[in-house]
Amino acid sequence: MSLKRNILDLRKRKSEVLKGGGEKAIEKQVAMGKLTARERILYILDEGSFHEYDLFVEHAARDFDMENKKLHGDGVIIGTGTMHGSPICIFAQDFTVAGGSLGLMHARKITKIMDHALKMRVPLIGINDSGGARIQEGVDSLAGYGEIFFRNTLASGVIPQISVILGPCAGGAVYSPALTDFVFVVNNISKMFITGPSVIKTVLGEEISMEELGGAKVHAEVTGNAHFYAESELECFDQIKKLMTYIPWNNKQKAEKIEPKLPKKKKKIENIVPGDPKMPYDIRDIIQAITDHSEFFEIMEMFAPNIVIGFGRLNGETVGFVANQPKVLAGVLDCDSSDKAARFIRYCNAFNIPIVTLEDLPGYLPGVDQEHAGVIRHGAKILYAYSEATVPKITVIIRKAYGGGYIAMNSRHLRADFVFAWPTAEIAVMGPEGAANIVFRKEISEAEDPEAMRQIKIEEYKTKFANPYVAAARGYIDEVIEPEDTRKMLLHALQVSANKSVMGPGKKHGIPPF
Amino acid sequence: MTEKKYETIIVHSAKYYTEYTRKYRNRPIWEQPNTNYVYSFIPGTIIDVHVKAGEKLQEGDSLLILEAMKMHNNVQMPFDGKIVKVHVKPGDKIPKKHLMIEIKPL
Repeated sequence: MSLKRNILDLRKRKSEVLKGGGEKAIEKQVAMGKLTARERILYILDEGSFHEYDLFVEHAARDFDMENKKLHGDGVIIGTGTMHGSPICIFAQDFTVAGGSLGLMHARKITKIMDHALKMRVPLIGINDSGGARIQEGVDSLAGYGEIFFRNTLASGVIPQISVILGPCAGGAVYSPALTDFVFVVNNISKMFITGPSVIKTVLGEEISMEELGGAKVHAEVTGNAHFYAESELECFDQIKKLMTYIPWNNKQKAEKIEPKLPKKKKKIENIVPGDPKMPYDIRDIIQAITDHSEFFEIMEMFAPNIVIGFGRLNGETVGFVANQPKVLAGVLDCDSSDKAARFIRYCNAFNIPIVTLEDLPGYLPGVDQEHAGVIRHGAKILYAYSEATVPKITVIIRKAYGGGYIAMNSRHLRADFVFAWPTAEIAVMGPEGAANIVFRKEISEAEDPEAMRQIKIEEYKTKFANPYVAAARGYIDEVIEPEDTRKMLLHALQVSANKSVMGPGKKHGIPPF
Repeated sequence: MTEKKYETIIVHSAKYYTEYTRKYRNRPIWEQPNTNYVYSFIPGTIIDVHVKAGEKLQEGDSLLILEAMKMHNNVQMPFDGKIVKVHVKPGDKIPKKHLMIEIKPL
């Protein structure tokens, strides 16, 4: 007897399920400017590499007439494939099937692929496009979310977890992306919030559009929930693929080393930085003057731009950059920038990525709003993250390194492995103006011309303390270097740190100031 | 030139030339709270107003009922005092931090 009939039957069954929510629903999806779930997966993965599982899973709802409804694949696609030739796990919620709503079996499919990713130590990409919990399945859908959040947490710091928001992601559903490492959003398509505009209007009387409440821009610029912002889905997929070139596949590996390339010479590095420490410049120009091929892949570009974070390569090896940005808010540390940098430092540490810190900041941002927003506990995060990090940690002090900011920005005291300073560096408790006002208060107030005396005293303080040599005399910095040698010194420091091994006191885990 | 092109931030008496973010520009500015102003602590609807201008009240006396999140909130007199002016009436939908009643201590 031939197997032909069985094979034809299988094909028929498959083609039926592959229709997803059907033509009409797909038309609607396309009209919203969105790709279908399956198209998204195919764009993200290497061509022809995708293998789908649980295609024939059926939903488990037995109330509200749901038992008679067919929901293809229960509204989610899961599978494995490759990216840049290496295996990854992926799931994509299918909005065309019951609005991508999450029920028991939908959640089970997701947790199945999550378990798989963790067990195989490969990255997980999740595409979110869902109306939320499937109300008809009641507590089973809540259970489903809980099982997903638990696995997100379990896998955190073991495998890279990436969330792509390509549609609504509301209510409890938002917490899965929030627990993952990188969140990607697309303008006009991504919508994330706990409570939607209609409920807010009913109970609070506040009227706001979905886009203003939880659109892509809001999360990229205001809330800091999103790490990457794109204008289209295709741009977003390119960002994901680019990110994956910089990171290792799991926490036991190092990011893949690629062919080293020299930076593109634009202008001398020392000409980027104004001599007056009160004048701004774009720190990213310095990063690009240092990195291989002058490439820098910035993360959270729009959120708290007073600190810059992202990946670049030095001698072919991935390095995480954390840099104060004098161009925005003078590069101060505040609640948001501390939070942003701290999380990135912890990411680099978890995934064996050395951290290079470029320092030029006047300190923490003064203001009642900052104090009341908890700049103490937020600011403490950056101290915590640097202190606990055991990957190679290298600091270059470009200009200002004042007060608490100096300590926080990977100082020697937090066990930086190498601290280099440009000759323009000023390592002091505060800038000359503030210090002179305090140290020479009496001389200034008693002088015939206090203003002239103040200037004299500021100059006096500047000459004595506004330089790197006081700190160098204590060994707090290892070497004062010429700006042009920055890359050379970093390459050497990384080479020396290649087998860095430090042991902390044994503990279950620390208690960071979340 | 510098002054025109950049914003400034002052940290420890030193003035730095830089750019602001939108979030920084929109940051809340601190004001000393005036205990003689009774503001709404949540947006909602005024259900009932129990007092009139000139009335003398004791601490804990009910001023009005503010409905928000389906709850009736009984807003009380914070100290012994007098009603100076009532700014709301039943049925008003008010935002958060809306001035509802002015009072003064006796």
